Amino acid sequence: MEAHEEKPIIYTMENKPIVTCAGDQSLFTSLYTSLAQQLPRESMEWRRSYGRAPKMIHLEANFVQFKEELLPKDGNRALLTFPFLHIYWTDCCDTEMYKASVKDDMLRWQSTLRLHGSVDWLIVVVESEAKKKNKTNILPRTSIVDKIRNDFCNKQSDRCVVLSDPLKESSRSQDSWSAFLTKLRTLLLMSFTKNLGRFEDDMRTLREKRTEPGWSFCDYFMVQEELAFVFEMLQQFEDALVQYDELDALFTQYVLNFGAGDGANWLGSFCAPVKRWSGLLLRRPIDMEKRELIQRGEASLLDLRSYLFSRQCTLLIFLQRPWEVTQRALELLHNCVQELRLLEVYVVQGALDCWVFLSCLEVLHRIEGCCDRAQLEANCSHTVGLWTYATEKLKSLGYLCGLVAEKVPTSEDLNRTVDLLAGLGEERPETVNSLQSPYKKLNEALSSVEAFEKHYLELSHAAMEMYRAIGRMRSARLIGKSLAEFYMKKGDPERAEGFLDDSLRSYVAEGWSLQVTHTRKQMAECQKLLQQTEDYLQTSALLAGDANLTEEERKHFCQEILTFASQPPAPSDQTVALSMAAFAQLRQMQFSPPGAVVHVGAALQLELRVRCLMPVAMQVEQLAATLHFSLEQGGARGRAGSAQRRTGQGPQGQGDGVVLFPQGSPLAGAGMGALLPPALELYEMQDRSPSDSSLTSTGVVCKNMHLLLRRHDSSASLDTPTAGALPAAVAVDDGAQMLRARDITLQPGDNSILFTAPTGEPGSYTLRQLCGSVGRVQFVQSHIYPVVQYEVYSQEPQLTIEPLSDNLLAGIPQKVKFTIATGHYSVKKGDALQLSNTDSMPILHSSCCSATVLSSTGERMGESALSIQSSEKVTSISLPPTPPYHTLEFQLEVLCHIPPTPFKPDIERLTNGEVRHRPKSHSHADSGMINIDQKVSIDCPWSIYSTLIALTFYVPFKAKHSILSAGKRKYIQVCLQNVSDTNFHLADPVLTERQPTVSMELLSLNVKKQQPVCSQQSVFCLWEMRWAKPLPLCLQCAFSASFAPVSASDTHTAFKPYRYEFQLDRVSTLYSLKAEILPPSGDQHCRTGALCGLEVSITRQAEPSETEGEEEESTEIEGLRTTKLMYEVVDNSSNWAVCGKSSGVVSMPVAASATHRVQMEVMPLFAGHLPFPNIKVFKYLPHNAVPAIQPDTDSCLENDTISLLDKGLDDQGDTASIRSRGSVHSVGSGEQQRGLPMPRLEPFSPGQVFYWSQGRQVLVLPVTDDHVMEVNVT
Amino acid sequence: MAVCIAVIAKENYPLYIRSVPIQNELKFHYTVHTSLDVVEEKISAVGKAMADQRELYLGLLYPTEDYKVYGCVTNSKVKFVIVADSSNTSLRDNEIRSMFRKLHNSFTDVMCNPFYNPGDTIQSKAFDSMVSAMMVQAS
Repeated sequence: MEAHEEKPIIYTMENKPIVTCAGDQSLFTSLYTSLAQQLPRESMEWRRSYGRAPKMIHLEANFVQFKEELLPKDGNRALLTFPFLHIYWTDCCDTEMYKASVKDDMLRWQSTLRLHGSVDWLIVVVESEAKKKNKTNILPRTSIVDKIRNDFCNKQSDRCVVLSDPLKESSRSQDSWSAFLTKLRTLLLMSFTKNLGRFEDDMRTLREKRTEPGWSFCDYFMVQEELAFVFEMLQQFEDALVQYDELDALFTQYVLNFGAGDGANWLGSFCAPVKRWSGLLLRRPIDMEKRELIQRGEASLLDLRSYLFSRQCTLLIFLQRPWEVTQRALELLHNCVQELRLLEVYVVQGALDCWVFLSCLEVLHRIEGCCDRAQLEANCSHTVGLWTYATEKLKSLGYLCGLVAEKVPTSEDLNRTVDLLAGLGEERPETVNSLQSPYKKLNEALSSVEAFEKHYLELSHAAMEMYRAIGRMRSARLIGKSLAEFYMKKGDPERAEGFLDDSLRSYVAEGWSLQVTHTRKQMAECQKLLQQTEDYLQTSALLAGDANLTEEERKHFCQEILTFASQPPAPSDQTVALSMAAFAQLRQMQFSPPGAVVHVGAALQLELRVRCLMPVAMQVEQLAATLHFSLEQGGARGRAGSAQRRTGQGPQGQGDGVVLFPQGSPLAGAGMGALLPPALELYEMQDRSPSDSSLTSTGVVCKNMHLLLRRHDSSASLDTPTAGALPAAVAVDDGAQMLRARDITLQPGDNSILFTAPTGEPGSYTLRQLCGSVGRVQFVQSHIYPVVQYEVYSQEPQLTIEPLSDNLLAGIPQKVKFTIATGHYSVKKGDALQLSNTDSMPILHSSCCSATVLSSTGERMGESALSIQSSEKVTSISLPPTPPYHTLEFQLEVLCHIPPTPFKPDIERLTNGEVRHRPKSHSHADSGMINIDQKVSIDCPWSIYSTLIALTFYVPFKAKHSILSAGKRKYIQVCLQNVSDTNFHLADPVLTERQPTVSMELLSLNVKKQQPVCSQQSVFCLWEMRWAKPLPLCLQCAFSASFAPVSASDTHTAFKPYRYEFQLDRVSTLYSLKAEILPPSGDQHCRTGALCGLEVSITRQAEPSETEGEEEESTEIEGLRTTKLMYEVVDNSSNWAVCGKSSGVVSMPVAASATHRVQMEVMPLFAGHLPFPNIKVFKYLPHNAVPAIQPDTDSCLENDTISLLDKGLDDQGDTASIRSRGSVHSVGSGEQQRGLPMPRLEPFSPGQVFYWSQGRQVLVLPVTDDHVMEVNVT
Repeated sequence: MAVCIAVIAKENYPLYIRSVPIQNELKFHYTVHTSLDVVEEKISAVGKAMADQRELYLGLLYPTEDYKVYGCVTNSKVKFVIVADSSNTSLRDNEIRSMFRKLHNSFTDVMCNPFYNPGDTIQSKAFDSMVSAMMVQAS
């Protein structure tokens, strides 16, 4: 192997398989060099039994002269000395000579071999040209070989080879050499296979006997090791290692069986008390000393294990697997300790520690010996275990021998040390010259306290460095902690502190509470020694509240704080500020009132629940929370609707003014909190438009998004200590305002503390810091999270009036509610509201009117009667005295009069009763209700200005009127529709003339009783007009009725009037129109398709009256006053076809009973009872006439006004053609129309024309010979 | 049988830890905590080598003189650690694996409990009794 050749110590065995040489020794000597060189040059495949994989091996051999003693005797199974092949060398080429001596010699050799049962032999005949030439009588060269073959190899002719001219450089010689070597190798391997196979069989047989009483492991060990040696000799280290591993496993199994009660006799020797603990010895290939002990059966368990491991180690290093050595070493050391325990072997206390310590260092040295530095550093993870183990063992030795103390070791300790050192024995010769040998180290370390410290620190730091290098921080810290313990023992707390702090931080960060407690206790001790008062008190506080400690321990630490707190303060330092977290946990805060929004000066209480973590009751002189005051909110804002939202803003906040503080796990205190993600902090967001503060959008905002969306390291790093062992120095800041509670006793567990919050100024108050003082000690919590705040506001007094029902109805008494939020104003006795009276809306006050006073939280405070005085101008309501920030409520009844109609729907009445038109219509889109905005002007005692409050009333009814005619008789119909949602009773409908004329009489045709008008229903009332004298052109009428809600209790008083005024124009009938359809002559009935005559007779009904005459357009022709009328026959239902002219202008004499008849032809288009075609009559006004009435713009007649050309227009003129022409003209040019005034048509007002034949029908028969009947089936 | 069983959260704080001899509790806590070093080392090694066929069982984390520490990690990086007595040589790898499997199943049950808040320490009685069954009965 190349690797080990470079090393100073060669660990391999010198052994090679033995090959004996007989015959011509001088010949062999001459060939030996080249043979020894050439044999290993080529590898051979070794096929092996038991299915083991074939291997290529390079063979070497140790050639020795043949002696009979070399042959193994019966029973000797030593393999190392076993001759695997016997070779006979001869260069005889002379038959004579062969017969004379060589043959006999060979025979002797053969018989010796046969005697010992060896069949592995070879005869080599060396031929040389030189020798041949010297002899004259030479036989052909084959003859000698043939003879030999004939004599000896009766069946195995291959047992004799010829080597030709071995010392010459010729191709023939080369060929013969290679043939010979191949033969030699083959035979050697055959011999190995055969002999090793036989050996393994024997070995197995021996192993099978292990249950027999006389069996000894040591004997068997020797046998199997022999096999291992051979494999090693053949450089088959893997196979050699397997042998040792098998032995190891077998032994381990025996030990385990022994532990299970199945003891073997031979194991007894291993159970002897351990007398030597000199550690492993890995510097020799074979520790013959120990081997002999095993051979003699005197080895102890440690000896056997040491020997086995040293062999395994050697082989593993040959195999270049040094890291397996370290791993196996650690296993071995652990295992040995366990086995000794299991076998109950007596070991001097500390002896095993020595053994382990020495062994660890020995293994490490051995590994360092075969690896370079870079390799070692790269493989720290493999060695660090051994380093740590060695450190641990040295530490325990140190403690055992009294070397870890401030004092010198006692004599007892010294005795123990001497005993331990005695067991180490003499130092091995190999290491005597080495300065750093494990033996020397241990000796030195145990010699003095200083030396121990030096070695222990060296080892510890080495192990720590390695752990750091491979990133095992926890392991490094654990060593650091044990170093800290060491320093503490040595009375050196300064150096311990750093290690403890480091460990504590990591335990806190990772939330391992038991470690935290344990380390913190050590820390406390350390800090006490260092006189770091503040730190010590902080640690004590944490420990006093630590649930992992016993009650006594906690009380002890608590007492430490109390003792310090009660000391009189030194002049230099006043107080010591400690973190509140250790002392108490905040649980919840509760506001009372829960809204946490109060007005200036109101009482606001804050109940704080804290869980005191101290084991005993603590007397706290003062518990104070500083307040941060800001003006930004609250003050300006009135009683905000969002008040509830502001409290308990925290994630766990509830609507009832309770702020819950998130509870960290009881395990780790601060540490755990840091690990868990923070809870969502959600806020409602409303976006209002700036102009009219209507809501444009709303949503939810997360305020701590930056915390939540932060990238979290997937592996919690240990190197960033979060929330360290000691919180950063807590500063007490002096807030101007604070919540204070004095002299309270906090019992262990939950406590409740009541604070009274200052509410002096409007603004928002936020709790910032909590501070509890116990003597010189202050416990401070620098932040209170979630945010706890409350608001103090100041409010202007405010008056609102609102209806009690959805809609206020005009005309009937309605209740309205007056609400006065007093704000900062205090209502004194004698303060009164002055309401300006209006006629349109009187205030109906009854005597029993009372006001309710409510507190700011809505509680009912009291009730008092209101005194209301009304004068002509004002109604004065004197208010009961009310404290500030209260609400005063009372109800009043008001009545809004319905203005007499026909009012335009858009009416606004001011308080002074003035009615003015408003630009916008206020009628309800859905119900068509007409509303009235009524403004009330109120003088409030707190303001010099009047307050204007608008109330909207709705008129519950809608009225319509119409005139109905029957010949000359006239009727007036009034339709009253209830547009409100209320049902009413209607009573006493009366129609009157506003300027009563004696001549006319209105005859009621209505029922006398009151009748119900349901919501959205109508009632019709009818009157007949009777008159004596001709009626005036214009009639002013007024409809009035009483109505009351159906629900009204007192029906008599509840009835309120409703009035509707209207005007009727041109009531009397001027013309009556009578139409007659005449069947064709000779026929009794009209028939479809046949022309019928339509006779229209227009009759003047009345003399024109004085007033009417002015209006009527008439012309005087020959003393006869005539007026022109235009008639038109229209059939909209297309029942009739008007044939010929359908319209015309007639001149009517202005005299009663003047009649004009017009004949026309119409044709029925359908059969059946057909209604008469419509006939319309218009006033025909010539172009020069000035219209009496400006045409109504809203009239639909505009469309019907037909422009007619006066030229050629006759009484009987064909209007149909004129119309068509006119329409052309009208379309053609507007200029002409403007230039030439047109005659106009004007309709009569309803009632002026009475149509007799309205609704008449005439029977039309189908044509008789029309057999076709259309049937439509749908 | 185990002498100490621990469940450790992804963030390396103990969710559950129980050991047999009460007087040695602290020592076990230290042992388990230190074993996290090896667990992390193995996880990162596994992560590099084969991310796909992730073996949950990490095997023997490290032996000490008295105890053997075995580890197992779930896909959500929750670690299970079982500490067995070194003298208990009858404990085979297979048994350790089956113990981890049982532990994992029981842990999954705990996680499925709607009243369990992930990240809290485990206080389930079912889990506790399952762990007890795996522990060496203190005689």
